[in-house]
Amino acid sequence: MAILLIAEHDNATVMELTARALSAALLIGTDIDVLVAGSHARPTAEAVAGLKGVRKVLLAEADELAERLAEPLAALIVSLADGYDTILAPATSSGKNVAPRVAALLDVAQVSEIIEVVAPDTFKRPIYAGNAVQTVQALDSRKIVTVRPASFAPASQGGAAPVLTVPSAGDPGLSSCVGNRLSETVRPELTSARIVISGGRALGSTEKFEEVLLPLADTLGAAVGASRAAVDEGYAPNDWQVGQTGKVVAPDLYIACGISGAIQHLAGMKDSKVIVAVNKDEEAPIFQVADYGLVGDLFEIVPAFEKALRDRA
Amino acid sequence: MKILVPVKRVVDGNVKVRVKADGSGVDLANLKMAMNPFDEIAVEEALRLKEAGKAQEIVVVSIGPAQALETLHTALAMGADRAILVRTDEAVEPLGVAKVLRGVALTEQPGLVILGKQAIDDDCNQTGQMLAALLGWAQGTFASELAVEGDKARVTREVDGGLQTVELKLPAIVTTDLRLNEPRYASLPNIMKAKKKPIDEKSPASYGVDLAPRLKILRTEEPHARKPGVKVASVAELIDKLSNEACVL
Repeated sequence: MAILLIAEHDNATVMELTARALSAALLIGTDIDVLVAGSHARPTAEAVAGLKGVRKVLLAEADELAERLAEPLAALIVSLADGYDTILAPATSSGKNVAPRVAALLDVAQVSEIIEVVAPDTFKRPIYAGNAVQTVQALDSRKIVTVRPASFAPASQGGAAPVLTVPSAGDPGLSSCVGNRLSETVRPELTSARIVISGGRALGSTEKFEEVLLPLADTLGAAVGASRAAVDEGYAPNDWQVGQTGKVVAPDLYIACGISGAIQHLAGMKDSKVIVAVNKDEEAPIFQVADYGLVGDLFEIVPAFEKALRDRA
Repeated sequence: MKILVPVKRVVDGNVKVRVKADGSGVDLANLKMAMNPFDEIAVEEALRLKEAGKAQEIVVVSIGPAQALETLHTALAMGADRAILVRTDEAVEPLGVAKVLRGVALTEQPGLVILGKQAIDDDCNQTGQMLAALLGWAQGTFASELAVEGDKARVTREVDGGLQTVELKLPAIVTTDLRLNEPRYASLPNIMKAKKKPIDEKSPASYGVDLAPRLKILRTEEPHARKPGVKVASVAELIDKLSNEACVL
């Protein structure tokens, strides 16, 4: 029962998401190989080899793999698929992009964004923006699964797996990367942060978003998120969006500021351990999922919260 | 160039569904249905390409029961030229949908297929990528910008770290993200005009596709409910609760 896990990385560091997906893989079986596909990705492969539970690391380095384009990456995964019963990827934008392509090439159904492993072929996954949870059994002899990282704790360090080099399957020449505009941030990564502070439409502008939320985020060492409404209005970049179609987070502490709590937003954060909501409308649906609600003006409350935390330190 | 846009009929995004008490599924009786919001964005994008002179014809297709005709009528009223209903009363999994769409694409020979990135009912996010694989075409998923120039499409994609721009060789598959455009409403004259637009009816068998399920749904349940929270009166009380009760500060 061998498993191939597709690593999420940025060609330099292993993202914690890979360690979380590895935990899901360990609940499915034991012979777990991890594919690191990229360019100049050997340091990443060495880091993956240090995760406990990895049998071996497969390192594929080629120019066409540098940008994680779906076409060459899917071709590579299919070329390796013969030895594996289960192929797993974290449900990141890269995993979501490539896994269904692999599934169709192998003529296999995919189980998307699992949140629990019930048996090696049976998984729980949310549907309808998390308003229902399905238990699904995959009937194909080979399984393709994407894993919601926020639902699994990261696997621990302490492994010493060998790193083997595998060749790229080549570039099908269908697409090319023209450029990336990646957000530069010194804050923790949204989906693995211990504390997340999110803002909604009530912030009113990019300036207010930065002026009001970022100091609190920095004081708490928190990642910053946003509701869809705030992203649509242009107050926050797209990669901050938390929700059904954005990122799904489950931090120890989630602080929602000026977010009403549409079901699509709740889908992305309601598994957080502790939820705090600050909103001037005491009827806002966000209060139904909040452990602690504070009704009032966020433009007064958030700076006061930040100052109180700073004075306390 | 012809553009093919698959559309799905789903429960309206503002409706909160209920799980059936016996765990057999979600109760859809008498719920308001609508076109999947990401598919509306796909139809809108196709219309804009046609209006910009980049495409000549827009064909919409839906796979589902007779009621899916409503969804096709909506797309025609928005401005699509003709529609295909691949009629089936069975639940179809994304791989099956992709196989039927492959058949439609081989018949219609579109230069571009634009799909919603995911349906808001099953939240699978698979069909576009699967269709790209079955056709051996390039894919540009989660698009927030799309430009067609000659035999290439340039797609800006919403990715976890920000934005990535890719160039695809046509024919290609594009899946839409929320910020690609804001779909138009159909005007009354266009709703009337749409009634005269042709709708072809096909069956999955017309494309020689076996739709036998590959997944078995064992149970559908309510998510874990959160225990009720409390309102706090001040920032000081909030910090006290977070430090001493929840122990997260």
